[in-house]
Amino acid sequence: MTGAASSTRSGWLLSLPALVLLALGAAGPLLIVVVYSFLEPGEYSGVVWNFTTEPWFRVFLERDIFDGTVSLADAHLTIFWRSVKLSLLTTLITFAVGFPTAWFIATRPPSSRAIWLFLITIPFWTNLLIRTFAISEIIRNQGLLNTALLKFGLIETPIQILYTDTAVLIGMVYVYLPLMVLPLFAAIDRFDFKLVEAGYDLYASRWKVLRRIVLPIVRPGIVAGSILVFVPSLGAYVTPRILGGGKNMMVGNFIELQFGQGRNWPLGAALSMLLLLIVLAALLAYVRVTSSERPQ
Amino acid sequence: MSPSAIEIVDAAKVYGYGASAARALGGVSLGIRTGEFFTLLGPSGCGKTTLLRLIAGFEMPTEGTIHIGGKDMTAVPPNKRPVNTVFQSYALFPHLTARENIAFGLQMLGRPRDEVASEVEKMIALVKLEEMADRRPGQLSGGQQQRVALARALAPAPQVLLLDEPLSALDLKLRKEMQLELKRLQTETGITFVFVTHDQEEALTMSDRIGVMSGGRLLQVGAPREIYNRPVDRFVADFIGETNFIPAEARGDLVRVAGVDLSLPGAGNGPVTLAARPEQVRIGSNGPLPATLTRTVYFGTDTHCHMTLSDGTEIVARLQSPPSGDIGLRDGQGVRIDFAPGALQILEGA
Ligand SMILES: Nc1ncnc2c1ncn2[C@@H]1O[C@H](COP(=O)(O)OP(=O)(O)O)[C@@H](O)[C@H]1O
Ligand SMILES: [Mg+2]
Repeated sequence: MTGAASSTRSGWLLSLPALVLLALGAAGPLLIVVVYSFLEPGEYSGVVWNFTTEPWFRVFLERDIFDGTVSLADAHLTIFWRSVKLSLLTTLITFAVGFPTAWFIATRPPSSRAIWLFLITIPFWTNLLIRTFAISEIIRNQGLLNTALLKFGLIETPIQILYTDTAVLIGMVYVYLPLMVLPLFAAIDRFDFKLVEAGYDLYASRWKVLRRIVLPIVRPGIVAGSILVFVPSLGAYVTPRILGGGKNMMVGNFIELQFGQGRNWPLGAALSMLLLLIVLAALLAYVRVTSSERPQ
Repeated sequence: MSPSAIEIVDAAKVYGYGASAARALGGVSLGIRTGEFFTLLGPSGCGKTTLLRLIAGFEMPTEGTIHIGGKDMTAVPPNKRPVNTVFQSYALFPHLTARENIAFGLQMLGRPRDEVASEVEKMIALVKLEEMADRRPGQLSGGQQQRVALARALAPAPQVLLLDEPLSALDLKLRKEMQLELKRLQTETGITFVFVTHDQEEALTMSDRIGVMSGGRLLQVGAPREIYNRPVDRFVADFIGETNFIPAEARGDLVRVAGVDLSLPGAGNGPVTLAARPEQVRIGSNGPLPATLTRTVYFGTDTHCHMTLSDGTEIVARLQSPPSGDIGLRDGQGVRIDFAPGALQILEGA
């Protein structure tokens, strides 16, 4: 009894540095952002310490400068919608590509499995910025892809990929694919392949085995991978900045704009909070899905 | 109704290729009759699971053919075979309740909803799982999981049920219970059972017929009594119960054992190995074969007497223990051995 109690106490002590770090690194800045989102913008930057809900108002609505009429802030909503759409697409595509990949790795003999996993993590070794520029080199009008397509006579004029949503999508899928593959691999690795045989034995087709047996059982891995891809996609900054150009902004870029040229820190803070709330909603959905129907 | 539920002709299975190729099954031919309880018996690694997987369709034979219900099924995938399996590890779907597990096969066959529901209830009653039907496998004991696995495999009413050492994970008491239960289910459903075990007692008590396997080959097929009393060779005799092996010289209708002629009609000529079950060896004062008692071991109901013949051959006799528990023989004492009529068997190829 005393042993258990004292080990709990020392457990707390051991986690103290992490708790302090979390408090200073996460809770502190978060609090600042919340506070800023209820203040007035300073003239050149920073904030003026007057309480107002104007930033939150401006996230969703805009007031005409001349006649004061209020309408939906279309520009903001468009950017949020594009971010959500691109992030969902990224999640879907990384799943479609990542699931077969993870399945392939999990069904290799243990000796070669480590090599495949290692290959999956190689992109992490290079700076994100450099990798993203490399992609832009490939897809730009005089880039590798277009040059090759032109040479083989498959196209007459270069396809404009760079500075489109497609470019952003390609970049994000590439960057976040490992985050999908790794949790999927972990889930499939634990999966008992005897269950597939049991499914076939009970007259299930390939598709039915996948849908009725494999997918429900590896679902925690699917959900984890989707969250790991969706959340950072939503806040992506570097990829849309380089591959999307100035026009195809995502939330991350728009927020940065408010703290930079826009000189509207409170609006930037409010936008950040909204982003955080969307992520939080996604996480809550994750917790519900994984805890309500856990196998066993 | 075809007389043969399964007809296997010259089935061979080689795993892997080239240098790493391993022959798990070497040319097995076997007919299993409709409605019988057939047991594949053999030591671990002899190819029982491989043979079962060929019947289920999880593996394709490297050579040979497999007919099920009169149709050639050698290349038919498992989901198109009228055969269901009870896996050794049960392989229950962990995300489904017992009831959903049992319904799975019928649903995949596209049976109407109400038919599935009523069949499933029948199965739940058959394996006595009424109380547990809405639990997941993780909330069931080993014996209960076993019943779910059985009900799941029986629900689609397959022509043949394959069972791969289904009782090996259970403790002795539950195991005995499930042996009776399995026998009852087989009789009630009339489905052909192909049962795999490495436990000879289990095989003897449950089966209509037994196929004894070793090293990827089928050594003998027969009814339990036949296998036990007329083993074809030393391996079968030794694997099914304990046996005395006695070197002898056959001459016409006689066999000479340690210098003593015993009558054995049709013994032939030349050196042979005789087999005799310990319970068919008798010890008395007027038996033909002299021996020395070296050791007695008390087993409760039985007492085992270890004896040595004049040529050094060891023979064990199993006697029923008397009420006093003392058979009245002392170590080192001279005794005379007799065999029950028909107890001496000549082994082929020994
Ligand atoms: N998938 C496989 N790959 C290679 N060898 C195998 C495979 N399955 C079984 N074997 C080998 O085939 C032989 C027979 O195995 P198995 O049929 O499982 O025997 P049993 O069920 O009687 O214990 C064994 O030597 C085993 O090592
Ligand atoms: Mg086996």
